[in-house]
Amino acid sequence: MPYLDHAATTPMLPEAIAAMTAHLGVVGNASSLHAAGRRARRVVEESRESLAESLGARPSEIVLTGGGTESDNLAVKGLYWARRGADPARTRVLCSPVEHHAVLDAVHWLAEHEGADVEYLPVDPLGRVHPEALRAAIERDPSSVALVTVMWANNEVGTVQPVRELAAVAAEFGIPMHADAVQALGQVPVSFAESGLTALTVTGHKIGGPFGIGALLLTRGATPVPLLHGGGQERDVRSGTLDAPAAAGFAAAAAVAVEHREEHAVLLGGLRDELVAGVLAAVPDAVLNGDPAAGGRLPANAHFSFPGCEGDALLMLLDAAGIECSTGSACSAGVPQPSHVLLAMGVDPLLARSALRFSLGHTSVREDVTALTDAIGPAVQRARNAGLASVRR
Amino acid sequence: MTDFPGAPTTPSTGRLRVLAAMSGGVDSAVAAARAVEAGHEVTGVHLALSANPQSFRTGARGCCTIEDSRDAWRAADVIGIPFYVWDLAERFREDVIDDFVAEYAAGRTPNPCLRCNEKIKFAALLDKAIALGFDAVCTGHYARIVDLPDGSRELHRAVDGAKDQSYVLGVLDADQLAHSLFPLGDTTKDAIRAEAEQRGLAVAKKPDSHDICFIADGDTQGFLARHLGTATGDILDVDGTKLGEHDGAYGFTIGQRKGLRIGRPAADGKPRYVLDISPVNNTVTVGPVEGLDVVGLTAIRPRWCGTEPLVDGRYTAQLRAHGEEVPVTAAVVDGELRVRLDTPARGIAPGQAVVLYDGTRVVGSATIATTERPALQA
Repeated sequence: MPYLDHAATTPMLPEAIAAMTAHLGVVGNASSLHAAGRRARRVVEESRESLAESLGARPSEIVLTGGGTESDNLAVKGLYWARRGADPARTRVLCSPVEHHAVLDAVHWLAEHEGADVEYLPVDPLGRVHPEALRAAIERDPSSVALVTVMWANNEVGTVQPVRELAAVAAEFGIPMHADAVQALGQVPVSFAESGLTALTVTGHKIGGPFGIGALLLTRGATPVPLLHGGGQERDVRSGTLDAPAAAGFAAAAAVAVEHREEHAVLLGGLRDELVAGVLAAVPDAVLNGDPAAGGRLPANAHFSFPGCEGDALLMLLDAAGIECSTGSACSAGVPQPSHVLLAMGVDPLLARSALRFSLGHTSVREDVTALTDAIGPAVQRARNAGLASVRR
Repeated sequence: MTDFPGAPTTPSTGRLRVLAAMSGGVDSAVAAARAVEAGHEVTGVHLALSANPQSFRTGARGCCTIEDSRDAWRAADVIGIPFYVWDLAERFREDVIDDFVAEYAAGRTPNPCLRCNEKIKFAALLDKAIALGFDAVCTGHYARIVDLPDGSRELHRAVDGAKDQSYVLGVLDADQLAHSLFPLGDTTKDAIRAEAEQRGLAVAKKPDSHDICFIADGDTQGFLARHLGTATGDILDVDGTKLGEHDGAYGFTIGQRKGLRIGRPAADGKPRYVLDISPVNNTVTVGPVEGLDVVGLTAIRPRWCGTEPLVDGRYTAQLRAHGEEVPVTAAVVDGELRVRLDTPARGIAPGQAVVLYDGTRVVGSATIATTERPALQA
């Protein structure tokens, strides 16, 4: 079954399964003082050290969480509350309009319930935020900015943001910046120390680790107000009993993903280029969304609009042909919505509804790509007929 | 999976690619399961018909909530078929809700379920399904399709008379019928619930939905008031005497007795009923029950169910949803259906459908335009 939806989740790596299962049958709460507790704590702390090494961070900068959504919420809400608490004038949140919903909806919530003034930074037609745009937004009133949040790489169209440059601008003004690197990790170099960021989100299951665990990397000076209160684990920022087996699996996956990142990127980038060429050959009027240049885009990402099609109809036809992919955008009650990312990039709403994402990963092979390039032409033809049928009276 | 002898009504054409419309209720879930068991290649689809779905159902009312969508999804998973949600909210608003409001505004009493079958389930949905390569749409309606040796099809009442839904399917023409699958028509509702239980479908005990799905609180008058506003008008007696006032003529239905807000009783002490609604001058006419007696009617836009158009003659007619069947003589004159009732019937309002039957066979459906009421003419 050609699986072209690794950006949704990717199979667990054998190394991660081995590391995780080694601890599943062992008792121990990492907060306990006895031998079992010490054993569990050792697993957690070794995992933290390993993660720190993989991510270019110090162990103390790693706050383990329940996943990417929690990390994003903790960063956005926690830093907002902390900054506004210290200075009530700091209510501006500068945010890219192409963020994942875990950031976007958290920011919306702050605007609706916590008096945040949200400003969306402009993006170019590739979905990229330019450092000058951030500078201009900050300079309108630097003293009112609570935080900046711009993702490292986009989950739909794969556009990589100039995170270091953006973080440098924010740092000039002493403003904390958060980046969601859930999609970036394992595909492009991600080093927390070199990024200049205050906070960075990563998660396990997108890199071959387990579900339900992620991390928020936080510089030591950053003290977000917690979302979860309780036992005071994780620097008092994230209470909750630590999941030692998941931490071990996550750390193992991160180590493999980072170690093999470069060869992986070359391999997947090559396959992705074949995929793009094949799709465009089969459907000449398909539009590749995002940055066409390899350097500006995640190597495993391809994202197209298919004029005249509804993305969900195309998805169904490909599913029936055994090919698993995604529209890449969020659903509301199961109803696909036109992608906010594409709309922010200036794509026509009808064209935005016709989009599909194909994403590769560590199990991808050439046969997956040829299965798609064989199937896409007839599927698009059929979906176009259906698109016409649904406007006919 | 358990075998249910004789359960599915399968067409003679063998394995089909079937799109099962799944509301999240028990009927459509079992219908989809039966279609799978009949050997078809089935894909489940939940229709999102509301632009702003509620999170949960309130009681037995309404549908199309997020909970219903999840129930349908879970049922599809249990049955083992792919499942998608299709957004037909815009078409539904245009073709069903706007039409519903416009019909009331014109003083008529529409049947939105019938309209939905005609314009959404067996039109917009069916067209899209066919274009995507499906052969048929399957629903949980209680009605039977009978395949004739010559390849044509007939629509018949379901064996469960209490649940029969052939009235709201009478608008289907031969082509729509050729692409329809109603696997529940030969079974009673009780048996369907038991079967759902046996199949491990969690919706087995879910209450039936009633009323109009897009009016979640069941308050049709309030819904119409929101869409049409309020406009004070007169309530008149048959001789034109003003008896009271109302907030908008559209809020009334012919045959309605309650909620008339008339201060004084009738001279003869008998209850009064809504006899006529005139949206043009915003008046509602009330009078004695005899004024409701209809002996004949004219209906427009006839649609013949199956291949045979109506042959003038003797039929039975159903004049509203869940209404009784009455013997009639019917004829087509200038493209309109003329129906004469053997004995007068009450509670018949323009806008409703008249569905003609020949035994259990549905002959066709038309929209009632005018009624003949001797007591009013007298």
